[in-house]
Amino acid sequence: MRGGVDLFVNGTPVHVRGDGTKPLLSVLRNELGLRGSRFGCGTEQCGACMVLIDGEPSFSCARPIESLAGKRVTTVEGLSPAGSLSPLQQAFLDEQAGQCGYCLSGILISAAALLARNPRPSRSEIAAALDRHLCRCGAHNRIMRAVARAGGQMGGAP
Amino acid sequence: MTTPHTGPRSGLPNSLLDNPLLGTWIGFEETGRVRLATGKVEIGQGVLTALAQIAAEELDVSPARLRIVSGETPTSPREGFTSGSNSIAVSGSSIRLVCAEVRALFLRYVADRLACPIGALTIDDGRFLRAGRHIGQDYWSIAGEIDLARSATGDAAPKPPSSYRIVGQSVPRIDLAAKLAGSAFIHDLAPENLLHARMLRRPWSGARLADLDEAAVRRAAGAPIEIVRAGDLVAFTSDDEVAAMRAAQTARGLAAWAGGAKPSSDAGEPNWLRDQRTRDRIVETGAAAGVAGNRVVEASFSRPFLAYASIGPSCALAEFKDGKLTVWTHSQGVFELRRWLAHALGIDPTHVTVLHRQGAGCYGHNSADDVAFDAAFVAMRTPNRTVRVQWTREDEFSAAPMGSAMVVGLRAVLDANARPADWTIEIWSPVHAQRPGMNGHANLLGAEALPEAPPPPAEINDVADEAGGGATRNAQALYDLPRHKLVHHLLPDVPVRTSSLRGLGAFANVFAIESFMDELAEIAGEDPVAYRLSLMSDPRERRVIETAAEMADWFRATAGDGRARGLGFARYKNRAAYAAVVAEVEVDEQVRLTRVWAAVDAGLVVNPDGAANQIEGGIIQAASWTLKESVRFADGRVASDSWESYPILHFSEIPEIDIRFIEARHQPALGLGEASLGPTAAAIGNAVTRALGKRIRALPLTRERIMATLLAEN
Repeated sequence: MRGGVDLFVNGTPVHVRGDGTKPLLSVLRNELGLRGSRFGCGTEQCGACMVLIDGEPSFSCARPIESLAGKRVTTVEGLSPAGSLSPLQQAFLDEQAGQCGYCLSGILISAAALLARNPRPSRSEIAAALDRHLCRCGAHNRIMRAVARAGGQMGGAP
Repeated sequence: MTTPHTGPRSGLPNSLLDNPLLGTWIGFEETGRVRLATGKVEIGQGVLTALAQIAAEELDVSPARLRIVSGETPTSPREGFTSGSNSIAVSGSSIRLVCAEVRALFLRYVADRLACPIGALTIDDGRFLRAGRHIGQDYWSIAGEIDLARSATGDAAPKPPSSYRIVGQSVPRIDLAAKLAGSAFIHDLAPENLLHARMLRRPWSGARLADLDEAAVRRAAGAPIEIVRAGDLVAFTSDDEVAAMRAAQTARGLAAWAGGAKPSSDAGEPNWLRDQRTRDRIVETGAAAGVAGNRVVEASFSRPFLAYASIGPSCALAEFKDGKLTVWTHSQGVFELRRWLAHALGIDPTHVTVLHRQGAGCYGHNSADDVAFDAAFVAMRTPNRTVRVQWTREDEFSAAPMGSAMVVGLRAVLDANARPADWTIEIWSPVHAQRPGMNGHANLLGAEALPEAPPPPAEINDVADEAGGGATRNAQALYDLPRHKLVHHLLPDVPVRTSSLRGLGAFANVFAIESFMDELAEIAGEDPVAYRLSLMSDPRERRVIETAAEMADWFRATAGDGRARGLGFARYKNRAAYAAVVAEVEVDEQVRLTRVWAAVDAGLVVNPDGAANQIEGGIIQAASWTLKESVRFADGRVASDSWESYPILHFSEIPEIDIRFIEARHQPALGLGEASLGPTAAAIGNAVTRALGKRIRALPLTRERIMATLLAEN
């Protein structure tokens, strides 16, 4: 990775230098100060690190930064303007959808991608979209209700 | 205004006896804000929101005015571990008494100044009113006049529950918005002078590091690292987190270990548990003579070792500067941690500050204390840097404490009406608590790898029965039993590090007892709910079972086509919340959990939505344990060291869940965070038995076990 990698993070152009094999997650957290994406396992098995890459939910914990030239990355911080919550995040708050909250930023990413292509998902469609995410506290039903609620509020076909 | 400072009186909650000064708990230092200090900490359970509600209620201020100081050794009341579903009952009752007394002190002061009766005064969001009219004074304008450095007396009567306006409401979690927006965890602290570190863990207890190719580790790191080593404890530090991670990962593969005690590959299986050395005791109640019965029924149940498996690996930060150590941790007990960190590191405890910061979900004594030691260990060898240590996912599965495996044998002698005349429960289990300080030992993993580490305690004990018991938690069935015998085989020297996982022994005991009750009901030819009720006289116990049955339409629901329902009941610790759970399953080659209903009596419920969240979370976690989870060993190591090899319940496997709380606001608040787990396991087990026509008594109820059972039938 001579010369570094250029990509977009939450709409802003970013130039990343150094080792091209380092994972996207560590660049986000340690170099860009975006600490909403979380380390859970480092092996793409829990979903805590999920971000959007060109609109697709993708694990960031093992994704080499050098594979992201020209890509658009969206993190949980990019879902809403600073200091406010997006309608999706507000729906999570309204449903009190969380216990410890560690898994939520990754789940919000997959939920946002789901609602973008299917604004009125069924419970089983929501479950399928979130199945790469683990939650240990057992907030699953609240989370699924929050996603459904956000879908309803965001409009779309009935 | 001075008042003689008297000591606290007995009869007050322990937290208040240990921290008698009102000003330790409550302060009005910042205008418009109330400082509420608690020794209890947020571990994902929503406790700070509930404690804030209790304080706001008694002080008559809006909950939004509260600023909570939680788990900080310089400023928090010295309370014990945040564990055992005790926080609301113990810390909450202390806060209620303190706030009632503070409120009364202020009212008395205002009444004296206005020369009016106290009864003429009210408080509206911290402002004082006389006969309904503001007098231009509030807590903050008067605070300088009232010395809160005085001992609580417990004399001020708290409000009657019938007048509650904040307690009993589903106030939203005070921490959730920040967690939804991004950074709110200890993992996210990023001071300027951060130094990253990762640890090399011993693969089994007592292993000695025979060889480590440090040059290879440095090459793999890809950026400069330092290797900090003392005895068999090794850390890799770097300004670059990725380098530290790669160093640790490489070292894990390269390190050669010798000696120590390797667990065998059948560790945790029922026969392995029965074969360990035991220390035994027997507790009998009721007369053995005159037992009228002849039919003997026996069955044996088990659960394997279980992992805490929090989604976020444990993390801590530490800084050693000018001879003082500061540690940021998500420990459940900052005061005990301070004491034992100091002990293990040979530093004066008064030079150690421990500050709680929130971590990922905590379901018992996990690796939070261990990683705090790791960070402190590295910090003392690299002064003036803030050291951040995070465990790897593999170490979370293999080096963190585990929930104890257990065998629970039950034996009943039935009378002519198929009711138990004689009942014996026999438990084989390693201990369920090895937190810092227990058995007089630091119980900090890294400290055990240091040169000249103190030897392990000669004798280890489980949680005492008076404290709720460890392996014996919920061992005493709550049914009307004329004679009861408990045989407790404590396994003192297993080569597996066990400690307190949510519910401790209650999970396996309730699974066993409630499974056995279904077996007895079947022998009696009676419905399992009706059979239970025939042996139950406590109206609160009966009511949760009746309510759960009613919610699930128990007596009209029909089984068939591999679909069936089962019920489980317990009162957690036989003194906390009551819970009855009905589970509906579909079984073919594996179990699909389709619906769950739960009825809970937790006395006064401070925050109904938060309480429902805890009950539901417990149901889902218990379902995961029951259907999927088991720690496996191979070659002396934990083989289940990833989410692939230690699967938990996924979103697509989550049942719909209905929860109902029994109205009991005039009863004391009962701890509920661990109440639903045992009943859920039993409800699932009983449902699966009815669907299969055959009982599986060893958890988890995996596809392999179901298939083996089906094949054995044919």
